[in-house]
Amino acid sequence: METKPRTFRRSVDDDRVIGGVCDGLAEHYQLDPGRVRWAFLILSLFFGLGIAAYISLWLVVPEQEQVEEEGERRPTGLVPWIVRVLFSVAVPIIFFIVMRAGFIWLRGGEAHQLLIAVVAIIWGVGGTALLFVIANAVVEQLPSQWTAAIQPFVFVGPGLAILGWYLFMPVVRSLWASFFDAPTKQFVGLENYVFVFTDRTMLEAFRNNVLWLVIGTGLAVIFGLIIAVLADRTHPVFEVITKSLIFLPMAISFVGAGVIWRLVYAFKPAGQPQIGLLNAVVTAFGADPIGWISEAPINTILFIIVFIWMQAGYAMVILSAALKGVPQELLEAGRIDGATEVQIFLNIMVPYIQGTIITVSTSILLLTLKVFDIVWTMTGGQYGSHVIGTVFFRQMFTFVHNGRASAIAMVLLILVIPVMWYNLKQFQEQEAF
Amino acid sequence: MGGSAKQQKLIGSVLVYGVLIILCVIWTLPTLGTLVTSFRHRDDTKRTGWWTAFSDPNFTMSNYQQAVAGKEVEIVDSSGNRVTVAGKDMSQAFINSLTVTIPSVVIPLLIAAFAAYGFAWLNFPGRKFFFTFVVALMVVPLQIALVPILRDYKTLDLNGTWLAIWLAHTGFGLTLSIYLLFNYISTLPRDILESAFMDGASQFTIFTRLILPLSIPAIASLTILQFLWVWNDFLVATVFLGTKNEVMVLTQYLQGLVGERASDWHLLTAGAFVTMIVPLIVFFALQRFFVRGMLAGSVKG
Repeated sequence: METKPRTFRRSVDDDRVIGGVCDGLAEHYQLDPGRVRWAFLILSLFFGLGIAAYISLWLVVPEQEQVEEEGERRPTGLVPWIVRVLFSVAVPIIFFIVMRAGFIWLRGGEAHQLLIAVVAIIWGVGGTALLFVIANAVVEQLPSQWTAAIQPFVFVGPGLAILGWYLFMPVVRSLWASFFDAPTKQFVGLENYVFVFTDRTMLEAFRNNVLWLVIGTGLAVIFGLIIAVLADRTHPVFEVITKSLIFLPMAISFVGAGVIWRLVYAFKPAGQPQIGLLNAVVTAFGADPIGWISEAPINTILFIIVFIWMQAGYAMVILSAALKGVPQELLEAGRIDGATEVQIFLNIMVPYIQGTIITVSTSILLLTLKVFDIVWTMTGGQYGSHVIGTVFFRQMFTFVHNGRASAIAMVLLILVIPVMWYNLKQFQEQEAF
Repeated sequence: MGGSAKQQKLIGSVLVYGVLIILCVIWTLPTLGTLVTSFRHRDDTKRTGWWTAFSDPNFTMSNYQQAVAGKEVEIVDSSGNRVTVAGKDMSQAFINSLTVTIPSVVIPLLIAAFAAYGFAWLNFPGRKFFFTFVVALMVVPLQIALVPILRDYKTLDLNGTWLAIWLAHTGFGLTLSIYLLFNYISTLPRDILESAFMDGASQFTIFTRLILPLSIPAIASLTILQFLWVWNDFLVATVFLGTKNEVMVLTQYLQGLVGERASDWHLLTAGAFVTMIVPLIVFFALQRFFVRGMLAGSVKG
């Protein structure tokens, strides 16, 4: 029987991460230590509250009484953590300083462009490899139990440090900046958030993003699914050609796709021959040509078509692989029971690959929330086609309003939190550890 | 009865092929139109639709010479005057794109491979916590990072350097790379590692001599994903490199062309195709790996 520690003590066992505060709390209240750690991390977002609480608990609460074990013990406590942080953060920083010096030197040079490019590439790639080699060589000189304690951080440290700098800290800093004015000097409370939810352009962007989310995600997945199911029933050569053609737009940049589709949507006044395919079709039926790109809300729908054109291939590939995993016996059983092909598709295939459909839909859904390039290259957000991504870009670079741009980015983050939560839940269930 | 079942099957089969052919045509027409237009004369592209070019073929390579090599091209305009039009040189942007892309693919993959190995096979306190941290960051929109990182770069005097954009692409590509490589490396048979460790090999040797070679398929898939993402990127390049000619990449060059010469379809289409050549070659040559990479990515929740 597990005995509950009577008083709250900092943990000293192998489960602890830094000072054993979270693990100790978890043991005391019989909670999952992971959840406790996340609670502290999320608290830290609010003016470092979590960090402050952690440090004070670390200082105030005594450690559990140590159970002496036989044999070599891994070093625990503060000192190995200082060394680990040193290797995770300081080593990349030193590396970074050396790299930067190289670039400043390159920038001043008068050498040929191509030569500079080659030197820069070697400098960058070689430097990264050297970082690991040198850091590892240093760690392997340590006493063996110290090597074992520190070495994992030679491996994961640089990655964690970069993610901390490029993704985690920006979340904290954007949250902070979103409560301040344009140059982040004056505290303005919720003013930027009021702007986000009342500004006319923002409301237009929200409306358009809903269209993007519903139509873009829905149709990309439906087209991908239909093509995957149909192609599965054709001759293998035909199947490969079909899939390649549908998949090809994935290799094209948004800017390139913008050029391709602007040509499709091109407009000439009535009476002149149309050079755009869509208007040629429309006028062939006797109607007047339409300035597709400059008319809301039809322009948003047409941009979503570009998106579907690019993403259906992705959905198709993933769903096709999942469909190949549906057991043949299941399909045969359905056919013997007299089900039509449509019934088999709806009642056997779709439920069987449900998990994959959800995964594909969430990935595409994230893209529709962040969509920027298509709209930016087509209209720059004019003619009522703004989306959250383009308004953000305008606030940041045209109006240079850091507070508003940050508030928009935070709203975008809040919108993706359900997906993040779902991902983490899936990950915990997989029991990958 | 048997006859009608056979008939039904035939109708079904015709329907399947018919629908797929229609979809393929719809999917291909926009690209085909762009390709045809890129070989047409300037005045033709302004006067008639690209589909009329087949009945009256009159193609030229001069668009590519003008768009790519920046050659001056002589054009007879509608009123019969000869006009010389200066082209734009794309080679600089092409080199820039390569300079941005190669390290932006190699550096994150290298860092991710080390991290994935650490998470998969090394034991350390906080392993699960830190990995959950990586998974959670996977969906953070990169927009959120633009302002803060731009400020850091200003402080560090890094804006407009290659290092700035490499590190940015590294930061944004790292979560997915670590996650996918972790999935792959953690499925490698554990006894390989244990026997190597018994033989006295260090973790570092095991990683470079055993794990890296065994992970080539996963690394190849990721290389293609990251390559296409970086090569086709416009936003990150615009923010961190700026739009000066010396550092401009291909997508920015093309976007500039869209802005300046919006009605010069012969140039736009030729330019668009040049930016697409490299990704299309990569795509067709390594399609298998690309598909595998995306499949691995979809295992996630």
